[in-house]
Amino acid sequence: MASIAPSQIRGAFPQRNDAASVATTESSVVRWLLIGVAVIFLAIFLFLPLAVVFITAFEKGMHVYLQTFRDSDTQAAIRLTVLAAAIAVPLNVVFGVAAAWLIGKFEFFGKSLLITLIDLPFSVSPVVAGLIFVLLFGLQGLLGPWLIAHGVRIIFAVPGIVLATIFVTFPFVARELLPMIQSQGNDEEEAALTLGAGGWQTFFRVTLPNVKWALIYGVILCNARAMGEFGAVSVVSGHIRGLTDTMPLHIEILYNDYQFVAAFAVASLLALLALATLVVKSIAEWKAAQQLAAQSAADMEAAQ
Amino acid sequence: MSINVRGIRKNFGQFQALDDVDLEIPDGQLVALLGPSGSGKTTLLRIIAGLEFADCGTVQFDGKDISDQSARDRHVGFVFQHYALFRHMTVFENIAFGLRVRPRRFRPSEQEIRDKVNQLLSLIQLKNQARRYPSQLSGGQRQRVALARALAVEPAVLLLDEPFGSLDAKVRQELRHWLRQLHDEVHITSVFVTHDQEEALEVADLVAVMNEGRIEQVGSPEEVYNRPATPFVYNFLGNVNIFHGRIDDGKAYIQETDTGNLAFVRPHLLEITRQPNGANHFRATTTHINSAGPVVKVDAITEWGAPIHVEMSQERFQSLGLAKNELVFVTPRDIAVFGKERAG
Repeated sequence: MASIAPSQIRGAFPQRNDAASVATTESSVVRWLLIGVAVIFLAIFLFLPLAVVFITAFEKGMHVYLQTFRDSDTQAAIRLTVLAAAIAVPLNVVFGVAAAWLIGKFEFFGKSLLITLIDLPFSVSPVVAGLIFVLLFGLQGLLGPWLIAHGVRIIFAVPGIVLATIFVTFPFVARELLPMIQSQGNDEEEAALTLGAGGWQTFFRVTLPNVKWALIYGVILCNARAMGEFGAVSVVSGHIRGLTDTMPLHIEILYNDYQFVAAFAVASLLALLALATLVVKSIAEWKAAQQLAAQSAADMEAAQ
Repeated sequence: MSINVRGIRKNFGQFQALDDVDLEIPDGQLVALLGPSGSGKTTLLRIIAGLEFADCGTVQFDGKDISDQSARDRHVGFVFQHYALFRHMTVFENIAFGLRVRPRRFRPSEQEIRDKVNQLLSLIQLKNQARRYPSQLSGGQRQRVALARALAVEPAVLLLDEPFGSLDAKVRQELRHWLRQLHDEVHITSVFVTHDQEEALEVADLVAVMNEGRIEQVGSPEEVYNRPATPFVYNFLGNVNIFHGRIDDGKAYIQETDTGNLAFVRPHLLEITRQPNGANHFRATTTHINSAGPVVKVDAITEWGAPIHVEMSQERFQSLGLAKNELVFVTPRDIAVFGKERAG
């Protein structure tokens, strides 16, 4: 009940607290005001939407919620989303690791251009990204007529969705790994080399384990984006129900059909994915921080 | 294994790290590459290891040209300045690494690996730390693990880059003795880089003094300290007084006026007397005396106004009864004269 206000503490330890408040803190009014603004902001923009998703999804009870997932179109949308992520994520892991390794460990001409190119999907609007693929592979596109003549359909079909997903999730793994790989230098690799290890042995036994947690974090972010992508996929998909609808597209269709509960039920699945991502991300960050802390503590000890 | 380095040059962009370096390292010796930072000593070591490649020149092991071989094929043990231990592996796995990555045909059995690592762990006195991670070890312990890891593959040559550079003074001292002992036991040809002259003189059989990408002198510690070949070596190894000098009839002299030559005299080779000592002396006034420690250090100003440093034993100091601001006579007992252009 009787909580102690900061001003009362100040009375008890006049010297110490005065010095501290003058140097680094604001008055209690300002502090509570700032904290209040932050909490309200978080509540409105983060907690409220999340709560609404689950509340609406379960509005008509568990039975209706589960009914949504018995619908074949919904199942097809989930399958397609998982498929797109299952192709895009491993490809981007391979690409991201290779790119981060190349950029982090070697000096070469055009390095900064490559870094810029990797960041391109971050700066380009997803809708534009989708349009690029339509312009390339669409019916009136650059390669479209030739592809269709040979019986390959990319736009308004699964390959287009996969391509768009890969493009949009392109930078995630590389961007997470790069700072980690750069900060570690080449010493351990050189040590492995003098001990007789080959390139692959060095990579799998030395380089990769050292960036394990950054890689896991990158994969999680990449996967979350791959499953949640809307803009780019929307342009190339053609919205064919049961065939080229991914989960985010399906949610939009259900919502536009006034099937609110179904829309929010599918949305809750994506929200769960996001929550799971956050948990794994926290664990990964915690592990990485622990590793760093142990390292620096020992460094301090060694320096003394 | 003997190492023979011939005509090595290496540039990093505009910077010339090594300029026509020749060096011969006899089999089984412990050799120090000594020089200030930027003198090219680490670059030379890395070229010997195959971690860096020379722009021209050759490296030979036992007379065989290995200049084009990669570090992997040279069978050198390399100990890095900052240890470069594998941070995600235990001490045991760090030491075992070199054995585990061998092609299956040459890989020892698990039992043999265990025996070998345990043997090395006792050698470095870290048997109880085998399951620890590098981050849980002190700097000195890490350095010992790095050494054991390099020795595990039974390298033909052991190369150490500033092996004690990042350790505190006491640990340095201990490890220095330990390295010398280890070398006396194992007799592997070893090269270590250092900027610490005391370390080089104390540990090495042979010291190569480097400066600005060149080797100034190679010799035993006694040789490089007592008979420095160049002004740089004179200056770098120990304290020195520098005067204008000249050579007459094959004898070296100190003089007041500029002659274009410089004369070098070590502080302990300047003798202070109360009485003039024949013609071979000059006058000086003492300005500061530090008699704490085994050697008494006296600062003085010569009659022509140049500051000098003199070192003498406590006994000598007592018998002289020296005090501040006294007029004394100074006799140089050994002078080395070098042309000024060479002295830089």
